Amino acid sequence: MIVVDNLSKSYGSQWAIHNISFSIKRGEAVGLLGLNGAGKSTILKIIGTLMVPSGGTAHVGGFSVTEDPHQVRKIIGYLPDTPPLYNEMTTRSYLNFVAQLKEVSQNNLKKFVDEAMERTNLGPVADSHLSTLSHGYRQRVGIAQALVHKPQVLVLDEPINGLDPVQIVDMRDMIKDLKGDYTLVLSSHILSEITKTCDRMIIVDHGKLVAEGSEASLKEKATKGMKINLEVSHPKSLIAKIEQLPEVISVVESKFEDTAGLVIDTNADIRAQLAKLVVGEGLDLLGMQRTFEGLEGVFMKVIQNSEVAKR
Amino acid sequence: MSKVLLIARRELAAFFNTWMGYIIFAAALFINGLLFNAFAIGSTPKYSAKVLEDFFYFGSGIAMVAGVFLAMRLLAEEKQSGTITLLYTSPLTARQLIYGKFLSAVVFSLILHVLTLYLPALIMMNGKISMGHLASGYLVLVLIGSSAIAISLFASAISSNQLIAGVTGSAFTVFFLVLWMVADKVAAPFNELFTYLSIHHRHFTPFSQGLVHSADIIYYLSVIVFFLECSVRAIEARRWRG
Repeated sequence: MIVVDNLSKSYGSQWAIHNISFSIKRGEAVGLLGLNGAGKSTILKIIGTLMVPSGGTAHVGGFSVTEDPHQVRKIIGYLPDTPPLYNEMTTRSYLNFVAQLKEVSQNNLKKFVDEAMERTNLGPVADSHLSTLSHGYRQRVGIAQALVHKPQVLVLDEPINGLDPVQIVDMRDMIKDLKGDYTLVLSSHILSEITKTCDRMIIVDHGKLVAEGSEASLKEKATKGMKINLEVSHPKSLIAKIEQLPEVISVVESKFEDTAGLVIDTNADIRAQLAKLVVGEGLDLLGMQRTFEGLEGVFMKVIQNSEVAKR
Repeated sequence: MSKVLLIARRELAAFFNTWMGYIIFAAALFINGLLFNAFAIGSTPKYSAKVLEDFFYFGSGIAMVAGVFLAMRLLAEEKQSGTITLLYTSPLTARQLIYGKFLSAVVFSLILHVLTLYLPALIMMNGKISMGHLASGYLVLVLIGSSAIAISLFASAISSNQLIAGVTGSAFTVFFLVLWMVADKVAAPFNELFTYLSIHHRHFTPFSQGLVHSADIIYYLSVIVFFLECSVRAIEARRWRG
C-alpha cells in the first residue's frame, strides 16, 4: 500500500532524512519511532504530499506522492501533530466542510459525517464550537477529519501528543479500533504507544532507518548481543567455565558498586544457566542484571549503535 | 467550481463568525461617512456629479484599505493556525484554493459597497445624478478593491503570518498606487509605462466621472488575474521548499 524507496529530504547541506526505504502492506498498522527531530514527521509529510522529497520515491496505493499528489490525497487521511481545526466552526459543520472538501458526495455526506463522529465518540460535542473543546476532544476531531471520507490510508503524526493519561488510554483504544479497516501509519517518540497499537515498528534516528520489525523480532535482536552483569564472590574462578558456554561471546572481569563480578557478552539470555553454575561451584550469587531489557533496550540500543556507526 | 464555492462559503462564514468582518464593516462605513461629509460634500456649493465623483475618489481609498485587511489573513492565518495542512492534504488544487479565497473577499467587499449606497441616495435626494455615473463609479470601486485583494492575497501566500502579510500587501498596493506620481518625475518611456501600471489615476478617473473604457476594465482584470496566478504559483512552490 505504501512503498518508500531511498527517500531523502535535505535542507541546504543538512539531511532531514537520508535513504529511507520501507514498505507497508494493506491493512497493516505501522509505527514510526524515534526521538524528537529524528525525521519521523518529515517522512509522514512526504507520504501526506505536504512536501516533495529531495531524492528517492514514495508511492501510496500505486500513486507517486511527487507526480500524482492529487490522487494520493483522495485515498489518504492525514492528522498533523496539531489538529487543523477552524475554531469558529462547530464539530458537525467542520466535518461537513472537510467531507465536501474530500469529495464525499452529497448523498453520503450525512452518513459519512455521522459515522466519523461515532467512531471517534464525538456525539456529546457535535454542536459545540471547536474553540471550546478540550485537547482530547480536539485530537478526536482531528482523527475524525482524517477518516471522514473513508480513506484507504490513515497517517497520524504524534496522535497522543499532549494528552493526559486518561486521554491517552482513550486515544489508544480508538486507534486499536481503527486497525484493520485502514492501513495505519503513526509516529511517536514513546515506545510503549507504538507497541500497544502497531503490528510493526520502524525506528528512525538522525534521519536514518536504524531498525524495522515486529515487537518479537526486535526483542530477539535485542537479546542477541545482550550483556549480563554477574555479581559473585570469587569471580576469577568462574571465567573459564562461563567461556565454555556456547552462547557466550566474551567474559570480562569488572568491579560494580560494592562488589566484584563479571560482565558477560552473550547471544542469548543465559541467566538461569549462570545461576546454576554459580550455585554448583559453591559461590555466593550477589546479583545479576541484563544491560538491555525489553523494547526500551532495543530502542536505546539502536539509537546508541547508530551513534557509534556515525562516529 | 464547487470547491471554489466551498472554500469561499467557509471563508465568508468565518468573516461573520468572528469580530474581523464586523470591525472592517464598522470602520469602513464610519470613515466613508466622515470623508463624505468633510470632503465630498464639503463647505462650498458643488454639482451633484462632482460630489459623486469625490465620493468615489475617497471610496477607492477605503476599498483598497479594506481589500488589504480582508486579504492579508486569507492564507497567512491558516499557516499560523496550522489549518493550511488540511487544505494542502485534501484533493484541492492551488488554483481552487486561491480563487475560492479571492471570491470570499470580493463578496465581502461587495456587501460593504452595497452598505454605502445610502450616501449616493442622499445626493439623489438633494440633487440629480445619473444611474450610469453611479454604476460606473461602483464598478471601479469593485475593480480597484478586487485588485487590492488580489495583490494582498499574493502577499498572504508568501508570508508566514498576518502581520507580515499586511505590511507586504500594503507595500505592494501603495507601490502600484503611487506609480503615477513617480511617472511625473521620470523621462519617457518610463513615465508612460508607470502611468499605465498604476492602479489609480489614469484607469480610475474616467470611471469616477461616469466614463467606462473597456481598456481600463481589461487593465484591472489583468492585475487581478496576474496576482492570483502568482499566488497559485507561490502555493504550488511551497511543496518543493518543504
